[in-house]
Amino acid sequence: MKNVDIVIIGGGPAGLSAAIGAYDKGARDILILERDKELGGILNQCIHNGFGLHTFKEELTGPEYAKKYIDLIDERKIQYKLHTTVLDISKEKIITTINKESGLQQYKAKAIILAMGCRERPRGALNIAGYRPAGIYSAGTAQKLVNIEGLMPGKEVVILGSGDIGLIMARRMTLEGAKVKVVAEIMPYSGGLKRNIVQCLDDFNIPLKLSHTVVEIKGKDRVESVVIAEVDDKMKPIKGTEEEYTCDTLLLSVGLIPENELSKEMGVELSKVTSGPIVNESLETSEKGVFACGNVLHVHDLVDFVSEEAKVAGEKAYDYITNTSEEEKNYINIIAKDGVRYTIPQKIDAKKMSDIQVVRFRVDNIYKNKKITIYYDDKKVFENNKKILAPGEMEQVFLKKKDLINQDIKNIVIKIEEK
Amino acid sequence: MYDIIIIGGGVSGCAIAREISKYEGKFLLIEKESDVCCGTSKANSAIIHAGFDAAEGTLMAKLNVRGNELIKQLVSDLDIHYIENGALVVCVSEEDRPSLKNLYDRGIKNGVKGLRIVERDELVKMEPNISDNAICALYAPSSGIICPFSLTYAFAENACENGVEFIFNEEVININKEEDKFVVIVKAINDNIEKKYESKVVVNAAGLFADEIHNMVSSKKMKITPRKGEYVLLDREVGDYVHKTIFALPSKMGKGVLVSPTVHGNIIVGPTATDINDKDGKNTTIEGLEEVMTKCMVTLKNVPIKKVITSFAGLRAHESNHEFIIEESSEVKGFVDCAAIESPGLSSSPAIGEMVANICNNILNMNKKKNFVNKRKGIVQINKLPLDVANKLIKENPLYGNIVCRCQKITEGEIVDSIHRPLGATTLDGIKRRTTAGMGRCQAGFCTPYTMEILSRELNKSKKEITKDNKSSPICCGNIKENL
Repeated sequence: MKNVDIVIIGGGPAGLSAAIGAYDKGARDILILERDKELGGILNQCIHNGFGLHTFKEELTGPEYAKKYIDLIDERKIQYKLHTTVLDISKEKIITTINKESGLQQYKAKAIILAMGCRERPRGALNIAGYRPAGIYSAGTAQKLVNIEGLMPGKEVVILGSGDIGLIMARRMTLEGAKVKVVAEIMPYSGGLKRNIVQCLDDFNIPLKLSHTVVEIKGKDRVESVVIAEVDDKMKPIKGTEEEYTCDTLLLSVGLIPENELSKEMGVELSKVTSGPIVNESLETSEKGVFACGNVLHVHDLVDFVSEEAKVAGEKAYDYITNTSEEEKNYINIIAKDGVRYTIPQKIDAKKMSDIQVVRFRVDNIYKNKKITIYYDDKKVFENNKKILAPGEMEQVFLKKKDLINQDIKNIVIKIEEK
Repeated sequence: MYDIIIIGGGVSGCAIAREISKYEGKFLLIEKESDVCCGTSKANSAIIHAGFDAAEGTLMAKLNVRGNELIKQLVSDLDIHYIENGALVVCVSEEDRPSLKNLYDRGIKNGVKGLRIVERDELVKMEPNISDNAICALYAPSSGIICPFSLTYAFAENACENGVEFIFNEEVININKEEDKFVVIVKAINDNIEKKYESKVVVNAAGLFADEIHNMVSSKKMKITPRKGEYVLLDREVGDYVHKTIFALPSKMGKGVLVSPTVHGNIIVGPTATDINDKDGKNTTIEGLEEVMTKCMVTLKNVPIKKVITSFAGLRAHESNHEFIIEESSEVKGFVDCAAIESPGLSSSPAIGEMVANICNNILNMNKKKNFVNKRKGIVQINKLPLDVANKLIKENPLYGNIVCRCQKITEGEIVDSIHRPLGATTLDGIKRRTTAGMGRCQAGFCTPYTMEILSRELNKSKKEITKDNKSSPICCGNIKENL
């Protein structure tokens, strides 16, 4: 068994930025474990542009964005292992990995950073009735087939779900020679970024049907058609609204699920709302010295925010391994209320927080002309008018250490209110 | 000229193939699909029933109990995933208690061992998630769960190793009985070319299509009705929700559905029972899935139904007498039916193999093979091996160190083995059924491109030719930009 100061599970944007954050703070014994053949994670298949506007002030493609971080890793000579899958993490921070060269190997870490990303919700989880033919893929699988393998999953496409990957794939499939007939979204609003709806659907005249879902898949061997119906406000299909679309492919972009099987098995407490770990100001989970960042913590819409968040996790992991004093934590809960679905972090220790603490959150519906407010216990301390708030766009507010330290505040409430 | 031709590569056909391969002779199994285990055998409850359900004195009862006895040795000889987890038939109403007692009595008469009735206190200890309405249950400790794919492949691979020939993608379109032989006419699915095979004996194990095969030679017509059963499968995350197979006692409220762990660690819920006309009608329905999800709440509470990872439907080969038809035709000598094999067909398969082989042997009077290979080794599961054993294997073959299916933790080594072993996988579904790669919570979202790459490399095919199941189910339709 090898001893390592900081082990990072996952070499995607979160893992890379966490490694750099830890290194730049002073850590040297860092190991990134990546199961794929190269670093960069899902960015490698995201060949469209739009990455890096916040971080690098320029518009990059996914692989370009990844390359910038991989270069930073290489400059610092941070160690990583490719083709290496983590099978298990124990409470004692013993990580069991498998790869071709070393077989099963164990590492003992002082701190662990969880950066495993997320996976797509499959057809099965939606319980759509019908056959199980070839031609049904999650949007990310189709993206990999098209962008990495150069293969066309189909010629006539229906897309269920208007998450960002679905929108991106509507454009990609069109550009590669397929006919995208319709995008159906069960919610009355899209879960994707506004800019993607404009640039990926509107610009190509692809219709977006809100409050619609797929009720049946036809075709015994390969998809032959899908039936789409309107849904009522309880999201039940309305009889008589069915429309059949001939197609050979159904792509699904119906949600991303933080991939926390390893976290769960080691006993990390998860949030029912985000499906990611519950974390404190240091992005530390319920397991001491185990940190989480990126899409394994909560699903982001912009990679820039993943990088920013992960950097903090890396820095805090370094603080953890260098700080030997055992202080008792004194938490202030951050409570998501009235239209706010969740916050990250869910609790903060004023003593441990940075001077400025970013709190990220998502709203649960489309809100127009409202304001975001923050309360320290019953006292309103902040408000910000918003023309539009949408579930697809992550929001953030900032808390100041000087306002919170040495105060007897129990709860910080973040909510949406009328103007 | 073959001694025996078996039509159909489901669990019955393959069990028969293995049993007859114990004899000297020339044997052929013909399957119209591209693989064995493509029909009823691949989509069912995956239970080895104890045998209390079938009526006393029926072939179903006899073969079920015998099958349950034989399975224990078989799973060890053939390296099959099997767990004897026991079953509970749950009674939720005092007025139904007599019918529970009847079931108990029937089981005793059928020769089921270990049966007893457990009262609520013990029941709750056995299954904490049992419904608050449950008052007692029939406990059958000899009931088990099995991987139906692994059972069928084990029979088939072992039969193959013992000399039985297998032909795929050929559909029997007619059978002519001549003086002392049968001429079986087939059509190749891929190119429509007709061919003939001759044999002394024909075994009809064609599942849903057994009536069509039977009616080719017999004037006494048979009719098989596809009876659809819909299921949902829950994530391994909730795999310990129940430990035993939970049945609802049939009542005036209907038959109910079962809730059971699977050998892969998931929870299976189902089936419905709807007679349909289409023998390929393996589609799930909105009503069917709703029925499954509602009925499971009769015997249990808080079923974690939201953790569904997939749903599917299977078709049972139902005949109106609800009894196995296993006999040599009185009218056409040498033609052996093995038909109407609906539940408990999977449980009975070892006994069905034995019985049909005996019938064949009575006709042909064959000699026992001296060098019969009794054992078969399954695909190794790296993730279940002790560390040092796994490391030794990875050293010998590094492919066992490369995880391809992250949900099920299946390695490249396992996938390559599934392709190159006897009657190996040629499709994504073939790999899935043999290794469980792609069967997990992401439902092959991540591993599809990798599995395609391995199949394409190992079979020397282009990725465009890779299919999900049969040749009409390509994963991709060509290269990008081809259609611009």
